[in-house]
Amino acid sequence: MKKKSKLELWIAFGAIALIYIAVAVLEQTVDANHIIFTVLKKGAIYSLVAVSMNLLNGFTGLFSLGQAGFMLIGAYTYSIFTMPVEVKMTEQVYKYYASAIHFDTGIFIGLVCAGLAAALFAALIGLPVLRLKSDYLAIATIGFAEIIRAIFQWDVLGPVTNGANVMREYLDLTDVKIPFTDIPFPPTLYVFLAAGVCIALIVLLINSSYGRAFKAIRDDEIAAEAMGINLFKHKEMSFIISSFFAGVSGALLAMYQYTVQAAQFKSAMTYEILLIVVIGGIGSVSGSCIASFLYIAASEWWLRGLDMGKFLGIESASLFRSGFRRFVFSIIIMLIVLFFSKGLMGDKEISFGGLIRRFNRNKPAKTAKGGGIDA
Amino acid sequence: MLDFLHANLSYILSGISVGGQYALIAIGYTMVYGILRLINFAHGDVFMCAGLMMVYLSATLPVTVTIPLVLVMTVVLGFLIERAAYKPLRTAPRMSVMISAIGISYLLQNAALYFTGGLAKVYPSIPWLSQTVTIWGSTTKMVTVVTPVLTLVLVILLSLLIKYTKVGMAMRAVSKDFETSRLMGIQINTVISVTFVIGSFLAAVGSMLYFTNYASVTPVSGSMPGLKCFVAAVFGGIGSIPGAVIGAFIIGIAENIIKGGSSIFGFGGSGWTTFSDAFTFALLIIILVVKPTGLFGEKSTDKA
Repeated sequence: MKKKSKLELWIAFGAIALIYIAVAVLEQTVDANHIIFTVLKKGAIYSLVAVSMNLLNGFTGLFSLGQAGFMLIGAYTYSIFTMPVEVKMTEQVYKYYASAIHFDTGIFIGLVCAGLAAALFAALIGLPVLRLKSDYLAIATIGFAEIIRAIFQWDVLGPVTNGANVMREYLDLTDVKIPFTDIPFPPTLYVFLAAGVCIALIVLLINSSYGRAFKAIRDDEIAAEAMGINLFKHKEMSFIISSFFAGVSGALLAMYQYTVQAAQFKSAMTYEILLIVVIGGIGSVSGSCIASFLYIAASEWWLRGLDMGKFLGIESASLFRSGFRRFVFSIIIMLIVLFFSKGLMGDKEISFGGLIRRFNRNKPAKTAKGGGIDA
Repeated sequence: MLDFLHANLSYILSGISVGGQYALIAIGYTMVYGILRLINFAHGDVFMCAGLMMVYLSATLPVTVTIPLVLVMTVVLGFLIERAAYKPLRTAPRMSVMISAIGISYLLQNAALYFTGGLAKVYPSIPWLSQTVTIWGSTTKMVTVVTPVLTLVLVILLSLLIKYTKVGMAMRAVSKDFETSRLMGIQINTVISVTFVIGSFLAAVGSMLYFTNYASVTPVSGSMPGLKCFVAAVFGGIGSIPGAVIGAFIIGIAENIIKGGSSIFGFGGSGWTTFSDAFTFALLIIILVVKPTGLFGEKSTDKA
């Protein structure tokens, strides 16, 4: 990791601040029901989980596919903790069970506990699983995610998890207040802040000595061990931290959705996140973030016409019917996987220095965000 | 013991039948993994596609034409997937091939979603297989009896093919050592294609038996059986065909007994049904921790 110049760091901070200001301004000016807020919120949540998966797959070289399971733990922990006691005691949510939980917490504590619960499970799962390699690790983590889903749907645990039924009435994005006041916090900005803080923590970790150890393990386990890196300790650490943030993102997803159900967190969800990571570039944090927003924007917004009978001015109700969007989408993904296996960013990050140099050399008409691809 | 067997006969019978169907799919996984070291995530979806083809073709054609046609088309599908998605990545890292497999699985599911409109399609009843028979006091479909027999016949044929034919010998050589067998003049691509053809053929047969029992096909009905069959292959020792078959039978039977759990464990009631899928994965994790090479697997250093 070469030392970045101070100026470049300031430019990066400036750019991030600009994004936040843009989000805040957008939220005050545009109608709150506009589709762009769906994209921004969901995109930010998926960025967080994609970056957490990238920490594991891209930076530590552990091919884990358990992300959906940890998100499930996070989402459920959050909803159980923050659901007000009055709601738990009535039949509003726990219709068939008497709730066994007699307390509730605030949003912040709920988020942290969601992460901690996921991290705790990860610590337990990591003990047997992290001894496995590559595809065996992948299949074992898928297996654990499925087991977790089965446990949360088990009706013996109904008094806690409400069985296989929907969880709702917990504190969601509309319940976020500006501290010490009663004014609601702008929801999109809140998601951005929460996801941004978590991603910043992951970036700090990657650039620390632990992060360098992770990368050493990814590049060559035997050499890393010979250099005195405790393989198991570092793998377990990466696994736990990644799961912590997956849990937090699960909780954010629960906040965003207003309802949450275990059946949603199938292995298909993990595959979706994995494909985002691949599109962004395995080993690139900024790539994962850009890819998440592109992925969500494409699937929720830009390609919506494919499902609705009208796309790019062409109208054909028989061709553009429900499901066509996802079909086209998966073909695009396959093309990326086959022909651009490096993804958008490869293992590079957006570097503003590189951008400026490129700008000076080529003098392109405009600097799109995609101009940061310096592969 | 006899009482236990009699009381749970229907579960055990359907377990044996499901086990046979799983075995046919698991062979596809174990052969592909043996040769390419790839978990072919798309295999379960090929199995689902075979089911859908049957649904659509049988709407217009008679059964005698449909069955061979489905077998051929599934084989072609498997072949095309290998050529389009795995062959270009032959020299790429193993993880890219696996991601490509996940991508294909996603593609097949979404294509199925589009063409079916997301509705569960009713599987046509194949005349003779759908008849009901009574064995020792429990009624079941003919397919339950046919499956284990057909599975065994196919497995024996396959073992003969692998043992005595030239292409079978080539397969064994390639799964032992990819690079050396290439140096010895084996056409790697042909061998891999043959592997996918055999795997898809067996998956197509499996899908006919499986969906006759379950009666409807949805775009995601391939993913869970697919994962379970991979677990069966790992359980039996990946790369070993008898291992995959035995693993599949164990998983099929255990899963069905858990589904009927209340009568065996005496507690918990139907609550155990949730765990019929989870059990498979618990089994996987136990076997990976205790004996990573599986029941019949050969010792290999890069597995676990």
